Amino acid sequence: MPANSLLPILRLRAQLLAQIRAFFAARGVLEVETPLLSAAATTDPHLASFATVYSGPGPRYGQPLYLHTSPEFPMKRLLAAGSGCIYQIARVLRDGEAGHRHNPEFTLLEWYRVGFDHHRLMNEVADLVTELLANRLPLTEPEWLSYWELFERHLGLDPHQATVVELAAVAERQGVSIPPRMPVQEVDPWLDLLLTHCLEPYLGQGRLCFVYDYPASQAALARLRPGNPLVGERFELYLNGIELANGFHELGDAVEQRRRFAAENATRQMRGLPVMPLDENLLAALESGLPDCAGVALGFDRLVMLAAGKETLAEVLAFPFEQA
Amino acid sequence: MATYSTNEFKSGLKIMLDGDPYAVVENEFVKPGKGQAFNRVKVRNLKTNRVIERTFKSGDTVEGADVVDVELQYLYNDGEYWHFMDQQSFEQVTADANAVSNAAQWLKEEAICQVTLWNGVPLSVAPPNFVIMTIVETDPGLRGDTSGGGGKPATLETGAVVRVPLFVQSGEVIKVDTRTGEYVSRVKE
Repeated sequence: MPANSLLPILRLRAQLLAQIRAFFAARGVLEVETPLLSAAATTDPHLASFATVYSGPGPRYGQPLYLHTSPEFPMKRLLAAGSGCIYQIARVLRDGEAGHRHNPEFTLLEWYRVGFDHHRLMNEVADLVTELLANRLPLTEPEWLSYWELFERHLGLDPHQATVVELAAVAERQGVSIPPRMPVQEVDPWLDLLLTHCLEPYLGQGRLCFVYDYPASQAALARLRPGNPLVGERFELYLNGIELANGFHELGDAVEQRRRFAAENATRQMRGLPVMPLDENLLAALESGLPDCAGVALGFDRLVMLAAGKETLAEVLAFPFEQA
Repeated sequence: MATYSTNEFKSGLKIMLDGDPYAVVENEFVKPGKGQAFNRVKVRNLKTNRVIERTFKSGDTVEGADVVDVELQYLYNDGEYWHFMDQQSFEQVTADANAVSNAAQWLKEEAICQVTLWNGVPLSVAPPNFVIMTIVETDPGLRGDTSGGGGKPATLETGAVVRVPLFVQSGEVIKVDTRTGEYVSRVKE
């Protein structure tokens, strides 16, 4: 990127960061920083952590360490320790993710609100994003859709009941190229196929679109709400077809969290992926008591991209991955 | 043949899909907020040149296609097939009309062509960028016209028809750009 087009982007990034800090300062949310390197890592089978080895000195000599894919676990430890509402602007790293809308290293704005559920937090996300995009990208009133409504309205199917056969038939009807070796037992990859190919590109055209209440199987860190169907209290924010944020009404049950981590590691093992060390510090913190809270992670670079009217992440990074 | 993960996909990589060789044109990574990532890949069928889109689960592998570009000398056409020779090994390969396609009109014996081979069999033939050919037929032009404006069709020794300036006559030798099919200049013999 030539310097003359880079400078306005650098200024925009700095302005947006300053606005974010002012937003949270006014609301009494504390800025924190947590470690990038950890002996534990996410077990999510769809996230790949970069790994490195510490060469000493100290008790962690020779130990493998992982670069965080999000600051979620240490931030929850702070919450359990009584930090109150906190936010962090963190560089995070994810192996195997590169494209127009992905860079293997990027900036996440992550925050937690004590006493909020996911609906109240969605309102705050809408406030923040609307404020940040004011005079930059015109927006109409936000749209709110449950995951069920999204699939029912646009594809005429019930995502909580549909079978693999039904999902495959809809994909076929929609002209989606069906990837080879799609699982025949799990519905989630099929829901993801439909979501990425048929729904996401059209979500939130000129307005914020919140999708909430996900299938329980797609919300590993969220509370489940008993009922019919059983849903995970998770949400996503889309704008102009771009996924901007993911949030949860946070799970505080240490036993249940350990069970889900173990299940994810079992999936990893089945798929030939490395089994990750569980974050025992997080689990201990949950055991000691996580205050009732909701948290969200927002892709800052994507927000900059939208604010700048650009089409790719590479256009809003000082040095994209290939030039890093 | 090697297999390639979607993470290795880049423009130009040759892969096998449904028994046909394809070249990767574009590879886009898509992923929902959480969950399964996919690669939406545009691929060009090397037999038909048709571009289609295929989706793969990220990290899945695909068999590579044994497709290579080699420089071969054109020998002759037997009425059905075009025969080429490797100038080092003297091995010969034959290409059918499908592979030679539009290149046929530019093929003059002994021309060095770029031939794309799939499992040793020609998939496509690219003629040299410039060829020198004799005009076998063109209308007599206006005497004294050297401007080159306007132009007229001229049939070359291989049957190709190109537009030439009015002053160029039958029996003359010209240079043609095969990528555009345009006259470049007269060639002094």
